[in-house]
Amino acid sequence: MSTYAQKKGFGATIWDYMTTVDHKKIAILYLIAGGIFFILGGLEAMFIRIQLAVPDNNFVSAGLYNEILTMHGTTMIFLAAMPLLFAFMNAIMPLQIGARDVAFPFLNSLGFWLFFFGGLFLNLSWFLGGAPDAGWTSYASLSLDSAGHGIDFYALGLQISGAGTLIGGINFLVTIINMRAPGMTYMRMPLFTWSTFVASALILFAFPPLTIGLFFMIFDRMFGSNFFDPAMGGNTVLWEHLFWIFGHPEVYILILPAFGIFSEIFATFSRKRLFGYSSMVFATVLIGFLGFMVWAHHMFTTGMGPIANAIFAVATMAIAVPTGIKIFNWLFTMWGGSIKFTTPMLWAVAFIPSFVAGGVTGVMLATAAADYQYHDSYFVVAHFHYVIVGGVVFALLAGTHFYWPKMFGTMLNEFLGKITFWLFLIGFHLTFFIQHFLGLMGMPRRIFTFLPDQGLETGNLISTVGAVLMAVAVIVLLINIVITSVKNERVGNDPWEDGRTLEWSIPSPPPFYNFKQLPLVRGLDAYWLEKVEGKKGMTPAEPLGDIHMPNNSILPVVMSLGLFIAAFGAMYRTEHAWGLPVLIGGMLITLLAMFARSVKDDHGFHIHKEDLENDDDKGGKA
Amino acid sequence: MKEFIHYIFLTLQEFFTKEGFLKAMKRLANWRLLFMFAVMSLLTGCGENYLSALKPAGEVAQIQYDLMKLSTAIMVGVIAVVTVIFIIVVFRFRRKSDDEMPKQVEGSHTLEILWTVIPILLLLVLAVPTVAATFKLADVSPMDKKDKNGKSEALVINVRSNLYWWEFEYPDEKIVTSQDLVVPTDEKVYFTLKASDVKHSFWIPAAGGKMDTNTDNINKFWLKFDSKSAEEAENVFYGKCAELCGPSHALMDFKVKTLPRAEFDRWVKDMQNVKKPAKPETATAQQGQEVFNKSCIGCHAVTPANTTPEKARVGPNLSNFGERERVAGILEHNKDNVKKWIKDPESYKPGNKMTGKYNLTDDEIDAVSEYLMGLKVQE
Repeated sequence: MSTYAQKKGFGATIWDYMTTVDHKKIAILYLIAGGIFFILGGLEAMFIRIQLAVPDNNFVSAGLYNEILTMHGTTMIFLAAMPLLFAFMNAIMPLQIGARDVAFPFLNSLGFWLFFFGGLFLNLSWFLGGAPDAGWTSYASLSLDSAGHGIDFYALGLQISGAGTLIGGINFLVTIINMRAPGMTYMRMPLFTWSTFVASALILFAFPPLTIGLFFMIFDRMFGSNFFDPAMGGNTVLWEHLFWIFGHPEVYILILPAFGIFSEIFATFSRKRLFGYSSMVFATVLIGFLGFMVWAHHMFTTGMGPIANAIFAVATMAIAVPTGIKIFNWLFTMWGGSIKFTTPMLWAVAFIPSFVAGGVTGVMLATAAADYQYHDSYFVVAHFHYVIVGGVVFALLAGTHFYWPKMFGTMLNEFLGKITFWLFLIGFHLTFFIQHFLGLMGMPRRIFTFLPDQGLETGNLISTVGAVLMAVAVIVLLINIVITSVKNERVGNDPWEDGRTLEWSIPSPPPFYNFKQLPLVRGLDAYWLEKVEGKKGMTPAEPLGDIHMPNNSILPVVMSLGLFIAAFGAMYRTEHAWGLPVLIGGMLITLLAMFARSVKDDHGFHIHKEDLENDDDKGGKA
Repeated sequence: MKEFIHYIFLTLQEFFTKEGFLKAMKRLANWRLLFMFAVMSLLTGCGENYLSALKPAGEVAQIQYDLMKLSTAIMVGVIAVVTVIFIIVVFRFRRKSDDEMPKQVEGSHTLEILWTVIPILLLLVLAVPTVAATFKLADVSPMDKKDKNGKSEALVINVRSNLYWWEFEYPDEKIVTSQDLVVPTDEKVYFTLKASDVKHSFWIPAAGGKMDTNTDNINKFWLKFDSKSAEEAENVFYGKCAELCGPSHALMDFKVKTLPRAEFDRWVKDMQNVKKPAKPETATAQQGQEVFNKSCIGCHAVTPANTTPEKARVGPNLSNFGERERVAGILEHNKDNVKKWIKDPESYKPGNKMTGKYNLTDDEIDAVSEYLMGLKVQE
């Protein structure tokens, strides 16, 4: 079962991707699936903005609007932002530490397929009686009250995709701990690898509370338990705590890898090593740690009392300190540097003021007493879009342009990239800046319409105009991707010419075994160090030898499909006679696939030394 | 406040002098001040008197507004510093030739300590008033001080939220009303908050921040309405539901009528004096009352006494319906809109609990509407 490059038919390519365990191909799968969900979430956002463009609009109805807003939030967080970050983590992180793959290639594939089938299940709700409509936070009293199967789709779909994320996180942790190349000590790891490491640790601790909350929800709605029913001794505030113990670290799971991507870009295009590398690492770890101490600031108005509110207020403010350290370190990385304004660098530069604006409103929100005004108003909507779009989405778009040549061996068009950048940047600020004021002027969030004569018309119209600009920007990006793929002009190892880390020392795209010989790492920015000394590539840390590679497998798809089928059974169990058998059948498929995986030894295969010698640095076709 | 901002400026100025960018700073200082004032002026005076949190109409909103201003000032200061460094970096350090190689720097302990310590100090400046205000706003101890009759010395109002309407019970006065909250000005009003179906959140932006109405417990807080601000808002403030509660979450509005204490007492008296539903004045209204008593009274009371248990108060109390600000919280208050609302509530508030509970002809709806518009407790 060799994966050597051959001309393949379309079907064979599909089969190859379904069975692949190669981190670079899984990265492409994450990129495509995450990209599709990003466009879906974007369409939902456009519907929201069209509906709110004018008062008393009836572009979408009240109930449908709630479904759209719920799916917009859920899709963007769980199915777009996280998978797209996973795409870059998968594509780049193993290369950055000089590894031939992740620690558990099979689990890597399983993680993707669980995410994919979970996301598919969630989105099928549109065609099967209606999407979830209780917001992405799905607060218990409303979500239990919600008729139809929308919330069931939410709980089951997120449960499946959440398992995938958890598996992915553990895999990255083990990879970074165990698979670093000789000489790659922790304090020589690139910042993107560091942030992947910390984000994965957050996933490990943050997802179990969500899993438990979702199980409670599933049991309450489908199997007659009463975890959240106060009349039966349950408690709805329990859901709020479980959700936010997950939900707050989740925003750091998103933003830390974004910080990592920007750190790479700042250093690369300033031709300077990262200013204050150790304090950057320290700040990343500290943000990750504090991220678990602040969840209740989402619940200041729940009625926890002044002691809890005051403690969580001060704890939340504390996070501003390490974040501030990062901002200044980035600025001083550029200070005295030689800045080249490529498209990725434009995104990185624009990220600083955008994210600072989002960060300072975060501190404002932390002032508990004033938060009673901000909470659940458009001020909050403005704040989290400033950090998530201005931070995470900017990073994803920057990363797309920055890493595209490494992933696909061809450069995205810089001119179109800059058009995307300017349209998106202007559209973004136009959309969200005014929303701070809308919130303070008395506009609650999640409202499907607003009445005239309350002073909210102008702001909402401006916001919608901005959203249109962002949509156009994304369309330009898609055109760019198509044109680039058709032209397919091949590039070499280091297409940006200023690459600093190991991934730029090998061909674009890398051969499927990544490194013919594991590189010897002699310091931070390993490849840059060699270049400065006038060497062409890395010094190998081992003689050329056979490389042990894992076999492809279809079992991850089968396991995920089993859970996907079982979810339908769980949902329709009480209404249809076929529900229970389908639930059991689906579980059996998964269990049998797990059994097969356990009993059948899979030793992988070896690439022989002779084949590697013949490959002679052409690579790139795997 | 002013001294504080000035202090930040001085510190910054000094910092940059040391760095040797005094010249650039001087040029930018004016611009920075302008920017700061622009943001501050944007923050003040936005929105409508009756709705905007930026037009505080009482002590709570004022405390919160002051905190907003303090935090905004600090944050604008931070933004200014970042912006200055940002602009210098972006313009000064562009790559001029492809083979230039900048000096490699690892970091600077002085700078790193500086930008760790200064933010901590700034946050302390913000944290102290935040904690103080949080405790102040949560102080509801006067609710528990009872006089010899067992009544609270302060005015207490029980708020109960429902899909998609609000009930306001005055326990000591033993009266109930809905949709229009009536409060006296210039004194602290205490609220107990709960929901009867799903979570909602009680928010009167001009008077102060929100608090959730939970299904599990009772939350308590207080608000105050200034007579001067009330006058500017023509004695009516807008209230909103701030927690997603279903399709018509956006339409779960209520109004707050503010009255001077003497007038408020008179209103309470008038309400307490209504022992029987108001007499219909026209023949149509008479007929309307009969229809109402057959079809509507199961859910809607037309006397304000709080003697029926909460569970039985299924729909809004209509005792003073003729004096309300809006029909269903959203439509202009006239008979035509009452008719439209009764005829097809679903099209005005999707997901409401009234749709389909009755079957009335157009004539009956007309009569009921006339009857309802005549329900008044004040002369």
